This record gives sequence, structure tokens and C-alpha cells, in this order.
Amino acid sequence: MLKLESVNTYYGNIHALKGIDIEINKGEIVTLIGANGAGKSTTLMTISGVVPPKTGTVTFKGENISSKNPDEIVQMGLVQVPEGRHIFPYLTVQENLDMGAFLRKDKPAIKKDLEYVFELFPRLSERRKQTGGTLSGGEQQMLAISRAIMAKPDLLLLDEPSLGLAPIIVMQIFEIIKKINRENNTTIFLVEQNANMALKVAHRGYVMETGRITISDKSENLLANDSVRKAYLGM
Amino acid sequence: MQLEYFISLLLGGLAKGSIYALIALGYTMVYGIIQLINFAHGEIYMIGAFTALIFSTVITYTMPDTAFLINVGISFTGAIIFAAAYGFTMERIAYRPLRNAPRLSALISAIGMSILLQNYVLLAQTPDFLPFPSLVPNFSFLEPIEYIVSSNQIVIIVTTIIVMILLTLLIKFTRVGKAMRATAQDKTMAQLIGINVDKIIAITFVIGSSTAALGGVLISSNIGQINYYIGFIAGIKAFVAAVLGGIGSIPGAVLGSLILGLTESFGSGYISSDYEDAFAFIFLVIILIFKPEGILGRKDNQKV
Ligand SMILES: Nc1ncnc2c1ncn2[C@@H]1O[C@H](COP(=O)(O)OP(=O)(O)OP(=O)(O)O)[C@@H](O)[C@H]1O
Ligand SMILES: [Mg+2]
Repeated sequence: MLKLESVNTYYGNIHALKGIDIEINKGEIVTLIGANGAGKSTTLMTISGVVPPKTGTVTFKGENISSKNPDEIVQMGLVQVPEGRHIFPYLTVQENLDMGAFLRKDKPAIKKDLEYVFELFPRLSERRKQTGGTLSGGEQQMLAISRAIMAKPDLLLLDEPSLGLAPIIVMQIFEIIKKINRENNTTIFLVEQNANMALKVAHRGYVMETGRITISDKSENLLANDSVRKAYLGM
Repeated sequence: MQLEYFISLLLGGLAKGSIYALIALGYTMVYGIIQLINFAHGEIYMIGAFTALIFSTVITYTMPDTAFLINVGISFTGAIIFAAAYGFTMERIAYRPLRNAPRLSALISAIGMSILLQNYVLLAQTPDFLPFPSLVPNFSFLEPIEYIVSSNQIVIIVTTIIVMILLTLLIKFTRVGKAMRATAQDKTMAQLIGINVDKIIAITFVIGSSTAALGGVLISSNIGQINYYIGFIAGIKAFVAAVLGGIGSIPGAVLGSLILGLTESFGSGYISSDYEDAFAFIFLVIILIFKPEGILGRKDNQKV
């Protein structure tokens, strides 16, 4: 479904992604773990077309998307929940959700998806009229994920959805990620600091170090891998 | 009489404020969306006025039989289209390449654009004031009270009200409007939900330039003469109005403009017309001391 081949991305002179290869198949949950500044968010931004690669190719659904605009990529069904949630602060919860469906025209289906996210997160339904900026961190994360669901993605990129949340909310968010994957057959690419949790929900994982993919394996093997345990699982 | 004098100052102030509002919209919308003070915005207003002058002069000389309203319609439309095209092009060549550069670079580019456009018109036209035809019909029913309010002022005020209503509807209810709000609040996220941010920014410049041109033609038609420099003072005043109201906020720009227009009108009517231009700045300083973000501005405007 998604394939990155020798992707190199720069911020000015900073070489952030140094020839990375990643492949994600339909229906999978794949995680990308790595230390701060490794280039995880950059990887997602490169996939979404916000920071296009200098060389290498990104292929989505068999089409080269490396020089497409972000909006064209969203149109193809590739949607990202960026790090830090990025809720529109002065739009209400309802308006934020509506914005998620910005490119869609199928009104009845949008309505159904809205009901679906309110079912997933009843809290949001209660706060429909509240502005995004006044939500708590956890609520904002729920809204960010819901907004992405409203886009009806085939591939959903999630950048550290557990960041700064209480353990109980983290559990809930990971449950929902599994649920979206199962019920909607949405493929998920999950970037996480919380390697332990991420590897438990994901089928496969990639480990990234300073702009390079160093390990790629099944989740259970990564959980058992000594160097991964030392570096990312704190064991 | 006292009351009539007061009313004439009031309407004069509202008309003045309306013109400022039509220009201030462009400053505030552009600032709201890309945090740029478009110093060349006043020049767009000036170019709008010149375009109308050229259109109406050409029509008057080549087809003297053309009905007045047709001449007016073509001149206004021409002015708006040309100004919009200038605004669109300006964003493309002077600001878009600097979108990710430090803000100061874009600001300098804006100042450069302003100087360039002024001198372009200076060379293409003349440094002297040119007479500007009246492009607003004279309503006969206003004749008995002409000393209180002119047709021109009525047209200015009504046009501005209509523009403001249309713009509010556009921003609140249309797809483009929603995309503009989203882009203003968070550009990265706007891209990630599928908004073509470049397009939305271009549309913002086009709308702001159009209303500025409208204001330019209306006021020039009232004053009766223009030169290449009129965009400078009007631009600064409208900018002051936008800052006064809270730059980035559309209702703020309108409010700031009306306050400024009324202050100038009453100030020069009751105190002294010598200081008309100073009132704007005195007011600005006072407001900014007490409310640095402007009357309706958001404190965290800088955040995005
Ligand atoms: N806009 C930018 N301009 C310049 N350098 C950047 C920019 N964004 C990221 N970088 C640099 O690129 C590198 C990778 O950053 P990135 O945000 O992708 O890391 P990350 O793996 O997501 O880290 P974290 O876990 O802290 O979120 C870092 O060295 C960072 O400083
Ligand atoms: Mg990151």
C-alpha cells in the first residue's frame, strides 16, 4: 500500500532522512520507534508531502506521490494526525470534525462517520459546541484522531498519539487504534515514543536512529530484541 | 445648526471609516493568514483608482454616447479585476517564494513592492494630480439635504455594508471561507486535511485587493483627483485602523476603521482640521497602551 525507497529529506542543509526504506501492506498496523530527533515526524511529513523528499520515491496505491501536493495526497486516502494534535483552536469540536471531511462530498456517509466517532469518543459529543483550544490534552488527542477518521482514510499516519496523556487515556487511545484497524480495515502507520505499547498493538515495527532505519522486524521479535529492549523499552 | 453639523460630521466619518475598512480588510486578512504586513497593499488601492480612471476616460473619449451607468459598471469592474490581478501576481512573485523565510525578509519584499509599484505608476502616468471623474450618480432626492450628506457618502456607506455582509457570509458558510479560517489558524494542519493552502492564500490576496480597489475608486470619485502617492497615506491609515481593531480580525478591522473615520471627522470638525492626520496616530498610541493586541485582537495571534 505504501512504499518508501531510498528517501532523502533535508531541512536546508540538515539531512534529516538518510535513504530510508519502509513498506506497509494493506490492513497492517506498523510502528516506527526511535529516540527524539531521529526523524520520525519528518518521515510522516515526507509521506504526506508537507516536506517533500529531495531524492527517492514514495509510492502509495501504486502511484508515485513524492512530488504531489499534500492536499492531493489526502484526496488519495492518506491522512495524518500530526504530532502535537494541531486542533484548530478557534473552531468548535463540531467544526473541527467537519474540516476533517473537507474533501468529501458523500454527505450521508459523512453523517454516519460522525456518529461513529461520537460512539468512539462520547466525550466529544458532549463538547460539540466548545472551541478546540479549550479542550484538555486528552480530549484534543481524541478530536485529532476523530478528525482524521472523518477523512475516511485508507492509510492513517499517527504521530505520537500517546504523548503527554495519562496512562488510562493512553490505553484507551491504543484500543481505539486497534478498533479502527479492525472495523474499518484502515491501515495504520504509528510513530511512538511509547515503544512498549506501540509494539503490542502493531504487527511489525521499524527502528529509526538519526535519519536511518536500523532494524525492521515483527513486533514480537523487536520486543524480544536485546538492543531494542535496552534502548527503547528501558529494560 | 448644531445637530445638522453633528450629523454631517457623523456621516462624513462613517463614509471615511468605510473607505478605511475596505482597505483595512486586505491588511487584516493577509496578516491573519500569513502573518505578513503587506506594505504594498495601499498601492493596490491606488492602482485600482488609476485603472478606473483609465477605463472611464477611454470610454468617455471613444464612445461618448455610452450610458453613465455602463461606464461606471465597466470602470469599477475593470478596477477590481486589475487590482485583483496585481494582488495575485504580487503574492506569487514577492511573497510565496519567501513563505518559509524569516518574516523580516517578506516584510522587506513588501516594502520593495510598494516602492516598485509607486514608481511604476509615477513613470507610466505623471507625478501630477489627475482629475478623477465622478463615478457615482447624484441622487436627486438628496438635494434638499446636500449640506448634510452627499450621494457619494451614501453610496460609500451602503457599498461597504454590502461588502461586509457578503464577506461575512463567505467566511462563515462557504467551503472557501472555512478553508480560509482553517489556514489562518494552522497552516500545516490545513494542508493535512486536504486544503490547498497556496490557493487559499492567493484567494485571500484577490479578495483583499478587490475591496481595496473598490474603496479606491469610490473615494477618488468623491475627492476628484488622484496621483501615484494616494495609496501611501490611505494605506497607512487603513493599517492603523487594522492594528487598532486587532490585526488579523475582520470585525476588528471594520470597527477600527469606523472609529478612526469618526475620530478624524469629529476631530477636524470640532477641534481643528490641521491635525486630521494626527488623530489617527494619537488614537493608535492610546489604544495600544491599554490593549496591545487591539480592540478585538487575540492575545495569542503570534502563536500559529
Ligand atoms: N522545521 C525544521 N527545520 C529544521 N530542522 C528540523 C525541522 N524539523 C525537524 N528538524 C530536525 O530534523 C531532525 C528530525 O526531527 P523529527 O522531528 O523528525 O524527529 P522525531 O524523531 O520526530 O523526534 P521526536 O521524537 O522528538 O518527535 C531533528 O534533528 C530536528 O532538529
Ligand atoms: Mg516527532
